[in-house]
Amino acid sequence: MGKVIRFLPLIVFIALGVVLYRGLFLKPQELPSALVGKPIPAFTLTQLKDANKQLTAEDLKGDIVLLNVWATWCPSCRYEHPYLLDIAKSSQVTLYGLNYKDERDLAIKWLEDLGDPYQFSVFDEAGRLGLDMGVYAAPETFVIDHHGIIRKRFAGPIDADVWQREFAPMIKTISQERARGE
Amino acid sequence: MAKLISILALLMAFTGSVNAYAAASETHEFSDPVMQKRYQSLVKELRCPKCQNQNLADSNSQIAIDLRNEVYTMLKQGKADMEITSYMVERYGDFVLYRPKINELTYVLWFGPAIILLIGVLIVVMVARKKSASRKELELSEEQQQKLNKILAEKD
Repeated sequence: MGKVIRFLPLIVFIALGVVLYRGLFLKPQELPSALVGKPIPAFTLTQLKDANKQLTAEDLKGDIVLLNVWATWCPSCRYEHPYLLDIAKSSQVTLYGLNYKDERDLAIKWLEDLGDPYQFSVFDEAGRLGLDMGVYAAPETFVIDHHGIIRKRFAGPIDADVWQREFAPMIKTISQERARGE
Repeated sequence: MAKLISILALLMAFTGSVNAYAAASETHEFSDPVMQKRYQSLVKELRCPKCQNQNLADSNSQIAIDLRNEVYTMLKQGKADMEITSYMVERYGDFVLYRPKINELTYVLWFGPAIILLIGVLIVVMVARKKSASRKELELSEEQQQKLNKILAEKD
C-alpha cells in the first residue's frame, strides 16, 4: 500500500501528461454539427440564377448530395472553387450550392467568370437557411444521403487532401448503404 | 510604489476601454428593462460559433451580429429564454452554451473539481493523522524521561 502511494504522484503526472499531450492535437474549430442525422430544414427560397424559381428542401434530395455553402465575399471559396469543378465532373455526387448572404448579381458574375460547378444554387440572401443549418461561415459543405438526411458537415475549403480524408469515406459508406437497399 | 500605481491606472484605463467597446457594438433598444436584462444575459451566455473564445456580446463577427439579431427578434416575439437557448443548441450544438448542460458527458466537468478537492482533503487529513500518530510513538515514556533527566543532571 505504501509503495503504491509513493508512486501515485508519478502515475498522476503521467496520466495528466497524456491527457494534455492529446489536447495539443485536438481541433476545436472542427465542431460537430447539431444537424447530423437530421433532415434538411424546411425552406422556401429562390434559385440564384432565376429569381422566379422557388426551391424547397425537396429539391435538394438526390442520390448522394453535396450542398456547398459559398459566397463571393469569401476568399476560401475562391480557393476551393477549382476543386468543386472537378467534383462536379465526376458523377459520384450531385453538387448543389447555397449562396449565403450574398448579392445576386455578384454571385451570378462569379459563376460566369469561374465556372459553375452546381446543378443550381439556392439564393439565401438573408442567411435564414444558413442559420437553420448552423452555418457560421463560408465555405461549408454538407453531405446529404439518399433519404435527405444530413450525414456530415465540413467547415472550411475542400481540396484533394480534404476530399480524400473527410468526404471519400462518408460517400463510400452511403453508397454501400444504398447498395444494401437501406 | 509610484510605478505600481501607474500600472494599476493603466490597467483600469484598459478595462474601461474594453467595456466601452463591448457596449458600443450594441444597437438594440428595449423599452422594457427586464427584457434588456434578459437580452444582456443571453448574449453573454451564448458563445459565438465562429470566434470560439468570445460570447455573442463581445464578438463583432458577422455570425455573432446575426445571432444577436436573432436573440433580439425572438425576445420581441415573447419567446422564453429556454426556447431561445434550445433554438441555438438545435442549430449550433451544445457548444454554443458557455455553461454546459449537466449530462453523462459533462459529469466529469461539473463534479470533477469537487471530487479532486475532496480527495486532496482526504489525503491531507490522512497524512496529518499519520504524522501525529508517529509523533506519539516518538514521545519518551516516563522511565525514559527520568533516565534522560538523570543523564542531563550528571553532565552539569
